[in-house]
Amino acid sequence: MSVIPKPAVTDIFGKPVDEQKADNYLTHGRGILSWLLTLDHKRIGIMYMVLVLAAFFLGGVFAIVLRTELITPNETFFADATTNNDFYNQSFTLHGAVMVFMFIIPAIPAILGNFMLPLMLGAKDVAFPRLNLLSLYCYLAGSAFFLWVLGKGVLNILFPTLVGVWGGGGLDTGWTFYTPYSTDSTTAVTAATAGAFVLGFSSILTGVNFIASIHMLRPKGMGWFRMPLFLWALYATSIIQILATPVLAITLLLLIAERTLNVGIFDPALGGDPVLYQHFFWFYSHPAVYIMILPAMGVISEVISVFSRKHIFGYGFIAMSSLAIAILGFLVWGHHMFTSGQSALLSAVFSLITMTVAIPSAIKVFNWLTTMYRGSILLATPMLYAIGFIWLFTIGGLTGVFLGALSVDLHVHDTYFVVAHFHYVMVGSTLFAFLAGMHYWWPKMFGKTYSEKWAKIGFWLIFAGFNLTFFIQFVAGSQGMPRRYATYPDQFHIYHVISTLGSYVLTVGLFVALGVWIHSLIYGRQTPANPWGANALEWHTTSPPPHHNFNKTPPATDPYDYSHWTYDAELDGYVLNEDNEPEEAEAAHA
Amino acid sequence: MIVSLAQAQGIGMPVPASTYANEVDWLWNFITWVSLFFTVLIMGLMFYFVIKYKRKHPDERPHGMHHNTALELGWSIPPLLIVLAIFVWGFRGFLDITTPPANSYEVLVTSYKWGWSFTHPNGGSSDELHIPADRPVKLVLESQDVIHSLFVPAFRAKKDCVPGRYNEMWFEAPWNPQLAEVNQERVNPEKAWTQAPTMAFDLYCAEYCGTSHSRMITMVYVHQQESFEAYLDDLANWMEGMPPADIGARLYQTKGCIQCHSLDGTSGNGPTFRNIYGTERVMTNGERVVADNNYLRQSILYPNQTIVAGYQPVMPRINLNDVEVAGLIAYIKTLSDDYTGDQVSVDVDGVEETEKTDPGVEATTGAIITAEQTGQEQDNIQQETPPDQE
Repeated sequence: MSVIPKPAVTDIFGKPVDEQKADNYLTHGRGILSWLLTLDHKRIGIMYMVLVLAAFFLGGVFAIVLRTELITPNETFFADATTNNDFYNQSFTLHGAVMVFMFIIPAIPAILGNFMLPLMLGAKDVAFPRLNLLSLYCYLAGSAFFLWVLGKGVLNILFPTLVGVWGGGGLDTGWTFYTPYSTDSTTAVTAATAGAFVLGFSSILTGVNFIASIHMLRPKGMGWFRMPLFLWALYATSIIQILATPVLAITLLLLIAERTLNVGIFDPALGGDPVLYQHFFWFYSHPAVYIMILPAMGVISEVISVFSRKHIFGYGFIAMSSLAIAILGFLVWGHHMFTSGQSALLSAVFSLITMTVAIPSAIKVFNWLTTMYRGSILLATPMLYAIGFIWLFTIGGLTGVFLGALSVDLHVHDTYFVVAHFHYVMVGSTLFAFLAGMHYWWPKMFGKTYSEKWAKIGFWLIFAGFNLTFFIQFVAGSQGMPRRYATYPDQFHIYHVISTLGSYVLTVGLFVALGVWIHSLIYGRQTPANPWGANALEWHTTSPPPHHNFNKTPPATDPYDYSHWTYDAELDGYVLNEDNEPEEAEAAHA
Repeated sequence: MIVSLAQAQGIGMPVPASTYANEVDWLWNFITWVSLFFTVLIMGLMFYFVIKYKRKHPDERPHGMHHNTALELGWSIPPLLIVLAIFVWGFRGFLDITTPPANSYEVLVTSYKWGWSFTHPNGGSSDELHIPADRPVKLVLESQDVIHSLFVPAFRAKKDCVPGRYNEMWFEAPWNPQLAEVNQERVNPEKAWTQAPTMAFDLYCAEYCGTSHSRMITMVYVHQQESFEAYLDDLANWMEGMPPADIGARLYQTKGCIQCHSLDGTSGNGPTFRNIYGTERVMTNGERVVADNNYLRQSILYPNQTIVAGYQPVMPRINLNDVEVAGLIAYIKTLSDDYTGDQVSVDVDGVEETEKTDPGVEATTGAIITAEQTGQEQDNIQQETPPDQE
């Protein structure tokens, strides 16, 4: 290593930065406390990254366990049906709960949002840095509840006498906690719901922070319609986070009250109404789907434009469609309950509004395509993931129309069709956008290059594995295969075999992507300030950014105007010509 | 793999078997074609652009429009009209599916962890659903514990069974000779209706309900009028002339006991039935009780009043009349290793005492004695498989 001269840190003009002056948030403070007590949004973003990826690994382990259990139609792991089925039920429950509450919801906002939002605003930090740190600790505390639930479950299996000491462990209610099953379940439902409750605060605090930052910290020259679309997406997401999450919190508290104090709210045996729980739950959890997908769409808007080297098409429509999705997302929760016995009128209204959500989604897809039209398209890894996103989101979105249509939904509701649909939207789309964003911003976050070749191999494995795993589930579901089945009739066997094999390919792909990142951290070369030729403000500083983000506040110009940047082959990145730097005056004028 | 896929099921919807299934399938196909159109359009354009506009030099500065309101409206309004049309068709279909005709044949569906009980207007009940062809059938759904959901893929029908309320669903299965066949496994030479062809379809529980959710599967049998009436007669009177232990053996299967209580001495969600009669049981509160007739009766009828140590109070209340309870008790007795068939146990007095008030019970108690005296063994049960058992 020491033989090769270390490439210097360069600024946006391609000039080497003095080694002494080259401040870098990663080395700015030393010692573990400088991380644990940091108020720096970038460090908080990195800590979120480590924790959320750990949660993703944990959720992934459960996914592989449950897919492997389904490789045979009958009990696969244990000869005893009760043990086997309980094991499966706990696996899919924890898979869902960990992935939803600890991975997908925080993935893009808490990692990429935390890191990039102040940079994109040309600001030093978020509006409330202390709240930001608090949100991280809420995330840790909420996750600790889930680890407690899991640990108890494992110990109870190893030492059955412990059940008598501290009660049931694990969780077998499904991530939805439907009553009265969750009221009666002997597993650690109370601890798990308490965990989800605390995790909700992490989400709310992030939302509050983002809204305040976007309102208060925009630099001179950055009007609302000059913000990068990723910020619009985060803004719409934050609105949902602060309005919907408290409803989940209240619902979970009511559930805890019912379990511990026997207050009759949802359990008919205590005089409650179980369908009321579903209304409360989906009032949060349907908007939560948009908490997952909106930031993903924001990432894709950035990546498609930069890698087509062309101004984003239909900025206003994309920005407004984010808000439209956020608002409509609040009015469709009842489409999860078409079979529950809710009135036909209610079902009709929910179905109608659900159909209209298709339009802002379609608008985004068509605008991305038009952005690519006559662009200068570079198929680097982030762009591959973005194209993968459009592929998966198209399939996920269109299959949503099947589910929104009332009569068809009655057939496919609670089957593998639904499983496939929401994996295409939540995993396919959000995961791919997350990976697109990670590969896009990686050089900025760590100042290191990664192996483009291996990153692309990772992409193809993930893409192939994902489609292999989930596309076949549409077929199984339309044939009538119900979800959450530990065992199933033989006629569905072939679908499950294909799906399980696909999930192994997907796993290998994800580990390749992780390997690329780790390799980059150790062996990666120094990246220039702007390797992709993007123009949003995060690229107007060194890579990785200094502790205070910018030595000089950059002028806010049109984030999608790339014409000032020219390619520098020596740096393998784009540089500004010093004479060419857009002046603040010009920025204000435009 | 592709071959076995093709052999498996095909890739569309299952064969339609209800009057409204075709309407659902029509909309399904329509949405599929619309989706296919947009998928090909979007992916085609995307791949075309990626190839056609591939970057040739890193300093290319492509120019183009930033926005075009006419274009935006042009690609928003047609899809809006299409999804509105889909909504209207979906809603019309939904109204047909959720509005039972007035002349429907009504069956009460009781769901519990983990089984189904279908009660016909003549009082007979079974764990399988038998319905007449070419006649609307209305199901009134109830649940004894958590939410279940009744799902028949061939009918495109699904509805949740919510505890504390009744939900309704209906379907009409037109007679289709191509789907009908005689179920050879159930043919009973003494009963003509078992030799008549029926259409058989899977019935699933679609709402997650715990450990044996995936085993909460049964069948729907669609009969022609004649065999349906014969079936109903049989259903109402199946206990006639049957020894109580045989009645119990059948109820053990059909009322769901089999899900949690084993016969071979292993523990499930509940204690095994093997060698339980007459033994001393330890309760969760430390109390010791001998499992006599009264204990068993109480445990069957009021399952969660007292719980054996090591188990959870999770057993649902099963609707059973006195004859059925006595049958189950008689059956449990036969599962003791000490059972010899001709010993009238000391606890018979207990049964008489409990059931003295009910006039119908005298006969039952008598029957127990008869059964035990004649020493019916379990083997006989297999031969006299009751009408609707597989």
